[in-house]
Amino acid sequence: MPAIVVKNLTKKYGGVIAVNALTFSVEKGELFGFIGPDGAGKTSLFRILTTLLLPDAGEASVNNLDVVKDYKKLRTQLGYMPGRFSLYQDLSVEENLKFFASVFGTTIEENYDLIKDIYVQIEPFKKRRAGQLSGGMKQKLALSCALIHKPEILFLDEPTTGVDAVSRKEFWEMLKRLQQKGITVVVSTPYMDEASLCGRIALIQNGKILGIDTPNNIVKTFDKPLLAVKARNTHALIEALRKYPHMHSLYPFGEFLHYTDKRVQFSNDEIHDYLTTEMIQQIEMKPIEPNIEDCFMALMEKQDHE
Amino acid sequence: MKSFRGFIIKEFYHIFRDKRTMLILFGMPVIQLVLFGFAIRNEITDAKISIVDHSNDYITLEIKQKLLSSGYFLLQDDIDKDSDIEAVFRKGVVKEVIVFEQEFAQRLLRDGSAHIQIIADASDPNTANMLIGYTSSIIQDYQKSLKNQSSFLPQILPEVKLLYNPELKSVFMFVPGLIALLLMLVSALMTSITITREKELGTMEILLVSPLKPFQIIVGKVIPYLFLSFVNTATVLLLARLVFGVPFNGSYGLFFFEALLFVITALSLGIMISTISKTQQTAMMIALAGLMLPVIILSGFIFPVSSMPWPLQVFSNIVPAKWFLIIVKGIMLKGIGIEYLWKETMILAGMSLIFVSVSIKKFKIRLQ
Amino acid sequence: MNEPGYAIRAEQLTKRFGDFIAVNEITFDVKQGEIYGFLGANGAGKTTAIRMLIGLLSPSSGIATVAGFDVYKETENIKRNIGYMSQRFSLYEDLTVKENIRFYGGVYGLSSSEIRDKTDFLLKKLELEHARNMLISSLPLGWKQKLAFSIAVIHDPKIVFLDEPTGGVDPITRRQFWNLIYEASSKGVTVFVTTHYMDESEYCDRVSIMVDGRIAALDTPRGLKRIFHASSMDEVFLKLARPEKVGDI
Repeated sequence: MPAIVVKNLTKKYGGVIAVNALTFSVEKGELFGFIGPDGAGKTSLFRILTTLLLPDAGEASVNNLDVVKDYKKLRTQLGYMPGRFSLYQDLSVEENLKFFASVFGTTIEENYDLIKDIYVQIEPFKKRRAGQLSGGMKQKLALSCALIHKPEILFLDEPTTGVDAVSRKEFWEMLKRLQQKGITVVVSTPYMDEASLCGRIALIQNGKILGIDTPNNIVKTFDKPLLAVKARNTHALIEALRKYPHMHSLYPFGEFLHYTDKRVQFSNDEIHDYLTTEMIQQIEMKPIEPNIEDCFMALMEKQDHE
Repeated sequence: MKSFRGFIIKEFYHIFRDKRTMLILFGMPVIQLVLFGFAIRNEITDAKISIVDHSNDYITLEIKQKLLSSGYFLLQDDIDKDSDIEAVFRKGVVKEVIVFEQEFAQRLLRDGSAHIQIIADASDPNTANMLIGYTSSIIQDYQKSLKNQSSFLPQILPEVKLLYNPELKSVFMFVPGLIALLLMLVSALMTSITITREKELGTMEILLVSPLKPFQIIVGKVIPYLFLSFVNTATVLLLARLVFGVPFNGSYGLFFFEALLFVITALSLGIMISTISKTQQTAMMIALAGLMLPVIILSGFIFPVSSMPWPLQVFSNIVPAKWFLIIVKGIMLKGIGIEYLWKETMILAGMSLIFVSVSIKKFKIRLQ
Repeated sequence: MNEPGYAIRAEQLTKRFGDFIAVNEITFDVKQGEIYGFLGANGAGKTTAIRMLIGLLSPSSGIATVAGFDVYKETENIKRNIGYMSQRFSLYEDLTVKENIRFYGGVYGLSSSEIRDKTDFLLKKLELEHARNMLISSLPLGWKQKLAFSIAVIHDPKIVFLDEPTGGVDPITRRQFWNLIYEASSKGVTVFVTTHYMDESEYCDRVSIMVDGRIAALDTPRGLKRIFHASSMDEVFLKLARPEKVGDI
């Protein structure tokens, strides 16, 4: 049975379309990721799904409950962690947790099992005010608070934004464990590299879904051979490849450039020869598997052309 | 119910942990009271007056002695001519001039009435009012003592001249006004700020998604401030009674009932403000400009309503504090009961009803 | 004071807040025209260090010069010679594109005709000519960030400080943004940049990684990967920061 069913969902703000006729579904027990930059419509979508915002058109249901009509019942079943860590800065770690437990008519003890893994990491600081915690700790506390009423489905809106790489990694490990406990976890993130940590992902841009599938299947949709190219002078390499008439796309990726060619049939030596005539030195070239970011950019370009 | 209790406990944590809130809540009433109270007192004891006595008989002498021995007045200059009065005021030292008409004693005893002119420097209207109040009551006292001496009641007719502010106000006027101001501030400003603070922090999103009902969120926000408003009212009242000896002639029960009514009006105004403002700053600005100023200026707290231009007089009718002031003055100073105040009470109750229903209706169960 | 060839020099630069040492004796230098990546976990002291360098915060001890000016005494000169842009604040949302350019141009003492020329040039380069009279609040984030960068270098500063300039920006715009950085760098502008995207750190000439107030590593991306036996900067970062994260406060 699906946990989320969305049909033709649309949300506008004045003339801006934040969510553009989205249709998709998420199965129970999935770890599902919405991946896209700021302004893609992730937050609006999450707010509609958590009953906080009314859609302009289309329908959506979570746990078989309509997000508009059954909002009261739905609110008791879902957990939500908004974009900013919504904690009371002037309350201590323990007081925050106690408060959110009481709001949902439960106690910390009752559901301690569920949050134990996460809460033990911040328990030594339970008397500390939330305002004095580091980003990583706030994130853990906010997650504990969102879980304290044992929700069946958990929505996390950009939980890792502005958090450093280390804390991000730890956070995803926590989400994985929650999924193993049977909770449906729906996450949004602007970081493309987090896609591989989800069971399924939807790439979202300008209110539209560019692609929705497992990360592996998304990668398979990348239909051109991808080359990673490197040279002594990256800048000169970029200039040279931009001028190359067969160049289809060229994006820097760390120390490499990711290159695709317009031609169906070509050999790497042709490109190598061209670069040599352009006085590029120490050329290194290898075919590689595309990653999610490659796919995202390819899909963005396709969308722009349409 | 458990979730509701947890909510209220949390609100009290917020209040007691924020030093600024605490300072506003408990520091401000005391500071305001002391400022108002002592500022008024100091001027009263040192007020410089001049007297023009066109009669110079034994009665004018007795009245002069009574005035000067009261401790409120100090004689600055004796003037002979009415034409010098303006010059004396211009120097700015003399705050009041008293003029006895010619043949004062004779007129009083023979015709039964005589005139005293009291001219006050109304550039400082509060002081002027108080001086006139004191002068009049001393003259009235004297008049009463004359009654014992003669068979009929001779009348001394004080004739008050002011640039404006013709309504005689009591020294104690500021206490009811201050109570209205504080209740408005604590109830409206604080509730609107705490609700918008939750919006800014993003915690409102979580509260809305929780099983808490909007009505519980509102009431949960309101109860701590309701409680604090009463602590505040009691503090001001107690200080005013003990330190400044302000009278309280009416029923305490009625007073607190009316205060409750006013607080509910103010709280619902606060919630209304919070529904239209996104940030704490906006809420504060709207509360200050939209609520505090009318209370100070249009309620009759400092400037009498009757001396305002008529558009403002009409407008003042929708300022809840105006009605509350009439009620509080009636209870505290005149000691009158509900039988004389039912009309004002009904108006206030009507306003509360409208504001509460509008604010609950407008309080959003969703984001925009 | 002015050492030719160096845009920034810091020696044992330290900032204490009470007992807490936010920045602990950091020593590094940045060459003119270099793109310098300044990385570190949240709370590692990056923001404090940047604030000292741009003259907003006085150091507790140590020496530092920016564009040859002393960070203790010559903050006014520093401010005149640097550009600054952060993810959180850069442009006025309620002013139009043109008005923002005019305002910042005016702040840095450009003449009206210079501002006019720069405006035309900038808008053309960023392909924003149609948006000249649009409010900043109505622009997509990616456009805002590119515009903010161009405005940060409108007065041809010697050094530009970029604090997480690409946070939340889509991958294509993020790369266009780095093109702007390269372009500025090739004209001799020194770029001092922080980022949470580890792949972006590879675009820098040199990178330092702060851990708990100290600079734990400083080298070219290639050098760092060699030292830490890592295949990517992401791995380098994790290896450096992980041991310190036990007992995260």
